[in-house]
Amino acid sequence: MDIKINYRPVWGLKTKKFYISSHFFTALTAICGLIILFILFLILSHIFINGFKHISWRFLTTIPQTDFFNVETTGILPHIVGTTLKVFIMTIFGVPVGVITAIYLSEYSSNTSKTTRIIRSAVNNLAGVPSIVFGLFGLGFFINFIGQNIDELMKYQEPVWGKPALIWASLTLAVMTLPVVIVSTEEAIRATPPGEREASYALGATKLQTIFNIILPRAFPGILTGTILAVSRAAGEVAPILFTGVAYFMADLPHKLTDQFLDLGFHVFVLSTQSPNIEKTKPILYATVAVLVVLTFTLNLAAIFIRARIRRKQRASE
Amino acid sequence: MKTKKLNAVTAGMLGMALAINTAQAATTIIQKGSDTLVILAQKWAEVYMSKNPDVKIQVTGGGSGTGFAALQNNTTHLCDASRPIKAKEIQACITAFGKRPTEYKVALDGLSVYVNSENPIKELTVEQLELIFTGKIKNWKEVGGPDAPIVLYSRENNSGTYEFFKEHVLKGKDFASSAQTMPGTAALIQAVGKDKNGIGYGGAAYGTGIKHLLVKKDAGSPGVEPTEENVVNGSYPIWRYLYIYVNPAIDKGEIHKYIEWILSDEGQAVVKEVGYYPLPKNLRINK
Amino acid sequence: MSKKFSQTEASIQSVTERRGVYFRKVKERIIESLMYTISLSVIAAIFCIFLFVGKEALPIFTGKTNSALVQDPIKPEDIDKYSPEQIRIYLGLPKSKFKKLDKETLIALLEVKMEAFKEIPENFKNDKDARVNTTQWKYLIFPHQWTGYDKPVYIWQPVSNIPKYNIMPLIVGSLKVTLIGLLFAVPISVGAAIYVSQLAKPAIRETLKPAIELLAGIPSVVIGFFALLVMASWFQSVFKYEIRLNAFVAGIAMSFALIPIIFSIAEDALYAVPRSIINGAYALGASKWQAAWQIAVPAAFTGILAAILLGFGRAIGETMIVLMVTSASEMTWNIFQGARTITATIAAEMAEVVFGGPHYRILFLLGTLLFGFTFIANIVAQVAIGKFKEKFEGLK
Repeated sequence: MDIKINYRPVWGLKTKKFYISSHFFTALTAICGLIILFILFLILSHIFINGFKHISWRFLTTIPQTDFFNVETTGILPHIVGTTLKVFIMTIFGVPVGVITAIYLSEYSSNTSKTTRIIRSAVNNLAGVPSIVFGLFGLGFFINFIGQNIDELMKYQEPVWGKPALIWASLTLAVMTLPVVIVSTEEAIRATPPGEREASYALGATKLQTIFNIILPRAFPGILTGTILAVSRAAGEVAPILFTGVAYFMADLPHKLTDQFLDLGFHVFVLSTQSPNIEKTKPILYATVAVLVVLTFTLNLAAIFIRARIRRKQRASE
Repeated sequence: MKTKKLNAVTAGMLGMALAINTAQAATTIIQKGSDTLVILAQKWAEVYMSKNPDVKIQVTGGGSGTGFAALQNNTTHLCDASRPIKAKEIQACITAFGKRPTEYKVALDGLSVYVNSENPIKELTVEQLELIFTGKIKNWKEVGGPDAPIVLYSRENNSGTYEFFKEHVLKGKDFASSAQTMPGTAALIQAVGKDKNGIGYGGAAYGTGIKHLLVKKDAGSPGVEPTEENVVNGSYPIWRYLYIYVNPAIDKGEIHKYIEWILSDEGQAVVKEVGYYPLPKNLRINK
Repeated sequence: MSKKFSQTEASIQSVTERRGVYFRKVKERIIESLMYTISLSVIAAIFCIFLFVGKEALPIFTGKTNSALVQDPIKPEDIDKYSPEQIRIYLGLPKSKFKKLDKETLIALLEVKMEAFKEIPENFKNDKDARVNTTQWKYLIFPHQWTGYDKPVYIWQPVSNIPKYNIMPLIVGSLKVTLIGLLFAVPISVGAAIYVSQLAKPAIRETLKPAIELLAGIPSVVIGFFALLVMASWFQSVFKYEIRLNAFVAGIAMSFALIPIIFSIAEDALYAVPRSIINGAYALGASKWQAAWQIAVPAAFTGILAAILLGFGRAIGETMIVLMVTSASEMTWNIFQGARTITATIAAEMAEVVFGGPHYRILFLLGTLLFGFTFIANIVAQVAIGKFKEKFEGLK
């Protein structure tokens, strides 16, 4: 036959130009990803190289009594304790409220009811509120409204509750991290296999019993992830606690819920901008930053690790 | 098994919280206010607490305005201020606790004007400073320096240093809007140290890394350096008192003892150590 | 449960058992309503934020504050000639505080105000703006020629004999820094999101995605610290501009905080585009890039837009970075000059204000504006994400 069938083999359909442009753009976007990693690496390496050499056991466990700004004698134990107490109290108040809200949203309410949609919308909105507005809220609501009213009720002469205190700072942070907890818990509850739920109902358990005995234990890693992410976020936040409870220098650890407290993030801020001698306090600054970053990163990595394990378990059971 | 672990953790945390709550607290004195004074206040606190272990002093900065605000809201015992209290603030104090706050002068300070150590200018008159910081003089050559634009560094407006400079050097006029606000004297000094065309001001205690200008009262007087002698005898034009204000109703007991100690020779020795200037004896008025 | 039991059945099911089941149902209902109430706390939180922040700013909205330097003084002797309301407004006190004061205290306050009036330097008493209430809206928004300036300007200088509360420099400052941040962050994050979700092998995706999201674990204080100590000087040595701490440095530092957010949401949106559509594109001969750029991105467009909007909301509201890196409150669009954002102003100046005074209320006003703005941005983003999900409902 003399018919020339002019056809190219399949792999030749794509011209060189085609390949080049595809590879080029792939490389371009990959470079974007690498730029981000590079930024991360830059910041972390700079902090760790300059910070780790000044961290010592003494630094981490002393309460500075003399010469706060001398790197030889100072310590950040009060800051570590302050930050820990702040997130701890925040967790006590914030996680139960968040978990209960998530349970209600996923188990009890129907997806189309108006209340559900408003609650969901409110959760999303709460996630977007600027941190300084939370500070104003803490000041205007917790301290000026609730705190002062408690003082009036208990007839104190001096303000005991109506001034910046550990409890108000923690509550402000609890409100701020509520969306994180709610979203993580809801995600976790949704992921529980429906089979187990049905089986529980089939055996005659009530809704509440099912929730507490089957669903919550199953969702526990997810709730834990949410809590850890909330804690990690709150540990580094400074703006909401600026006028709700943090102090510049305290001789002692906070003893009562109405005491002020020292905080790692605020210490970084103070040393960067208001230190009396920037060169002399640079080592303390870098060391504090290193401790803070190690703290938030460990928490984040833990959360990612737990999440990855959950995903692997899910994929295994599918 | 998981619930057991959870119970243990919760119990441990509750125990810790209870322990913290029931721990005994000694007399606490809260001191808030001027960033100029905060290093001094913290040093006073350290020395006093080492001698009186049953007193705990908490120090916070934030600016003289912060201290006054805290005084009005009764959230502090002592208010550190690097400027005298304003009538508006006295008003607010009277509204809050019915009396005017008691004023104690606790130290002397000279406000230095800083330029970069490479700047050839050595002295300026108060009037030239006013024109520079309000933005009327924009170039160094107008005051005898190199042909370069002047870069202004100032403080945040919650700073008593800011207000003092504005009132006494600028005679109440506004700073130029291009003046960069630094959150603390150290930040300001660092910025001027890195900027050859920079000029700034701040408490004399923080001056390291740049150079002070000699300040002339007017074109005919000699330039005066901000040293202790010149500040105490008043020949340095930009000097001020540093104050502590307190609600007269609580000015007794431990708090009054602490103020007395600050005004004593020991307390004033600390003033000198930190770099400010101690009050001459006749000015240490104990009310 | 049928109520008609025969005698035998009733005796088998003992009274306590029936009561137990009944109580359990009541208990469950109570707990359910308790949960419902607690869930409403989220809505209550948003509402309270609006309420308590707006309440402090209300007098500015209604024009009830007066920050004029010179107001005709009321002499303490004449206290009885004026009504209590007039004295309250003259002293600038809120109603709750005014009620608690007795006559003696009021006289003391009037005396103090007289002293203050006498303290005002002469050149200010005769200033043309001395009697002007500077908290009126036209001074907050429009330029005005104050004494000592040669043309009408926008000035924010609240600590002064004649306080100037023009908020335009702050809004411009916020926008400047935000736009620079977005300009830098959006291309990089969206590019990385396209790569990770469409173009990368699954193994790379598993490692790259969490690594980039790790950037979110750096607190904004630390980013601000890094910008102040390292980036500011480095940028100045490279670009050789005059002012070391300017909007450009702040914008770049801000973008470090925005990248994780925009990346996360854009990547989720792109990953959610159904595989069937993309596989269809491959089947038609598209390359990986063509499928990603011409199919996935337009499909996920509303999601990406929502990501950018949320990044914008975060940028406008970011406080610590701008607090540490920005400086002057000049009204200029020049990115190499200083800028002052709304958030930094609130954070820096809130501690010093006289509670209840005009400065305090203006700061809360700024907070309300900020909140209102981010609220609207959030709602728009939510609607966009909702529309995005609707598009792909039913496709897998």
